[in-house]
Amino acid sequence: MSTKNYLNADYGFRSWLTTLDHKRIALLYLLSITFFFFIGGAFAVAIRLELMTPQGDLVQSETYNKLFTMHGLMMIFFFLVPSIPAVLGNFLLPLMLGAKDLAFPRLNLLSWYVYTIGGLFTLWAVVFGGVDTGWTFYTPYSSTYANTNVIAAALGIFITGFSSILTGLNFIVTIHKMRAPGLTWFRLPLFVWAHYATSLIMVLGTPVLAITILLVAVERLFRVGIFDPALGGDPLLFQHLFWFYSHPAVYIMILPGMGVISELIACFSRKRVFGYGFVAYSSLAIAVLGFFVWGHHMFVSSQSMYAGLVFSILSFLVAIPSAVKIFNWTATLYKGSISFQTPMLYALGFIGLFTIGGLTGLFLATLAVDVHVHDTYFVVAHFHYVMVGGMLMAYLGGLHFWWPKMTGRMYPEGLAKFAAVVIFLGFNLTFFPQFLLGYLGMPRRYHVYPEEFQVLNVMSSAGASILGLGYLIPMSYFAWSLRWGKRAEKNPWGAKGLEWEVPSPPTTFNFDTTPTVTEEAYDYGPKPEPGEVAHV
Amino acid sequence: MSDALHGDHTPGLAHHFEDFEQQNESASLGMWAFLVTEVMFFGGLFLGYALYRTDYPEAFAAASHELSVAWGAFNTVVLIGSSLTMALAVRAAQLGQPKSIVRYIVLTLLLGIGFLGVKSIEYAAKFEHHLIPGPHFLWGGEGGPQVELFFGFYFCMTGLHALHMLIGMALMGVVVVRARRGAYTPTNHIGVEMLGLYWHFVDLVWIFLFPMLYLIGRHAG
Repeated sequence: MSTKNYLNADYGFRSWLTTLDHKRIALLYLLSITFFFFIGGAFAVAIRLELMTPQGDLVQSETYNKLFTMHGLMMIFFFLVPSIPAVLGNFLLPLMLGAKDLAFPRLNLLSWYVYTIGGLFTLWAVVFGGVDTGWTFYTPYSSTYANTNVIAAALGIFITGFSSILTGLNFIVTIHKMRAPGLTWFRLPLFVWAHYATSLIMVLGTPVLAITILLVAVERLFRVGIFDPALGGDPLLFQHLFWFYSHPAVYIMILPGMGVISELIACFSRKRVFGYGFVAYSSLAIAVLGFFVWGHHMFVSSQSMYAGLVFSILSFLVAIPSAVKIFNWTATLYKGSISFQTPMLYALGFIGLFTIGGLTGLFLATLAVDVHVHDTYFVVAHFHYVMVGGMLMAYLGGLHFWWPKMTGRMYPEGLAKFAAVVIFLGFNLTFFPQFLLGYLGMPRRYHVYPEEFQVLNVMSSAGASILGLGYLIPMSYFAWSLRWGKRAEKNPWGAKGLEWEVPSPPTTFNFDTTPTVTEEAYDYGPKPEPGEVAHV
Repeated sequence: MSDALHGDHTPGLAHHFEDFEQQNESASLGMWAFLVTEVMFFGGLFLGYALYRTDYPEAFAAASHELSVAWGAFNTVVLIGSSLTMALAVRAAQLGQPKSIVRYIVLTLLLGIGFLGVKSIEYAAKFEHHLIPGPHFLWGGEGGPQVELFFGFYFCMTGLHALHMLIGMALMGVVVVRARRGAYTPTNHIGVEMLGLYWHFVDLVWIFLFPMLYLIGRHAG
């Protein structure tokens, strides 16, 4: 075992911090987002501890406001948005396309530095006073009244936004221009389609967040008046601009996950994804529709009734491409040769949890129901089902699936299955009670609540502790596998795709000769032969 | 990874591209995608401006009278002139004339400096008249408190535009140095072309800012 690969091609900190190799940059991202995930998780632990009792006894209101704000900021901007694109997308796109690297390797490295600087900036804001506006930075509280570190946190988010823009731009150009001969658009893995749609949102949406956040900082510094009614400004303009990015950002946080699930479902049921074209286009449809639904966050913000109606209808329309995916995945399972390795467990978990998250989104898109559950734990449960139940499950599934490719090592399958089940159960115990709490009227962002809500809150906190421990298991065995894991073959899952035709781990330039593609994606053949599935 | 690992390729062609066509097309698409992000970035400000102008037409018209149309028009001519010299620099790169590239880009740079010089004269006048939004803002004329809002937009929009110009001018410095080293050939001069695209975009933003801030509503009624 002395063959050269991208990991042992060079050694030392310097070789990593100046690398232009997309695979090494993916690992840099993996380490940094894991770091921010555990910081965001620590805030979640504090929140759930406080909510064990109806009294505000662990922390004061001001502290609690900071806790949920920083949990949101860390998890959304420093974990969920970059998670799958920056780690798996970065690692896999060139491999899946038959390319040696992304189109702009230097920009790729720059995006990681920008991300890290933005993250450290935000951490600095957190350490020196924190920020209490909620991750949404609503004006006029954020621009005029808040006495916390709003500017520093806002600038941290502003800076990190550029890393997202650079990643999206890099992916778009790579997918357009770096495909191997014969790899036509409709031969692309669905993972690539999902990342293309995600990149469109990153490129079109993130700049709007950047200018919005910049205006909040300018408003705080110079009192320009853009969001200040005293000078004729309108605080609601902020909400429009903010959600114009932040609703599509929800799709940045789910589309790459859907791409991963398409790969997993196809591989572990040994079938081509049912209705490939529809699944591919549904990603674009979600990206496009996502830009026209922001008003559903503002149903109770004095928006006109007619605007509300239109935004409600458009929000319902998003259900169509989402359902196309869910139905097509289940149709792919039908008569497939299914095996239940760990990545598949996460994929099946995703389908169930995302369905619940998506369907409760329809409740919220319904005008009258939204008035009842707006700003309650129902909303909190809904988006955690999509983001944690959806994106995080997909991320973990994808990480298990491609871990052998990334590191050349297998993780321990039995323990991994156990962890997947623990995470699934812990997740549901944490967040299902929150649907009930919200429906019963418990508002979000309060740490004091009536006593009758305590049972459900204790259930949720108990679930959170199981979930938290659940996340530590993969973290531990992934680290363990780096040294003691079984060496991985080129293609341990018997999967299709160019990334499985190169060694595990791949060499620095991925392919010795540029491959030529002659078949469609997921060409698993008409009838799977029994015993074809690798047993690990 | 240094390019030295793969020593068998053409100078100027990055290791992960097959040929110059692929490299140039990628750079071009990347720059256009970047300009799209810029449109969205400025778009947020344009939206805010449009909204408040509709809400407070009198205040915006009154405030607009404080801007010097003469300086604004002069700067418009300067910036369009700089786009011409930039286009000539790109043309020189296509023809493989490094000396002309340097000459035209230095000219563009000088015009850019001229624009920013005029802008600083205008800013200084606003400062003297207490028209900088904030605690020292003073307004004795018509239009009400929303005049300050207009100046908020004026400084945000022209300030961001000036920042983009500064970035473009810094990039011109890089291109001049590289052109003198002979880095650009008729087959491989994408750097000059991309700088040109960016500069034309910056020019175009001003083409919108000038009428919006200086002209519209001035002669209404």
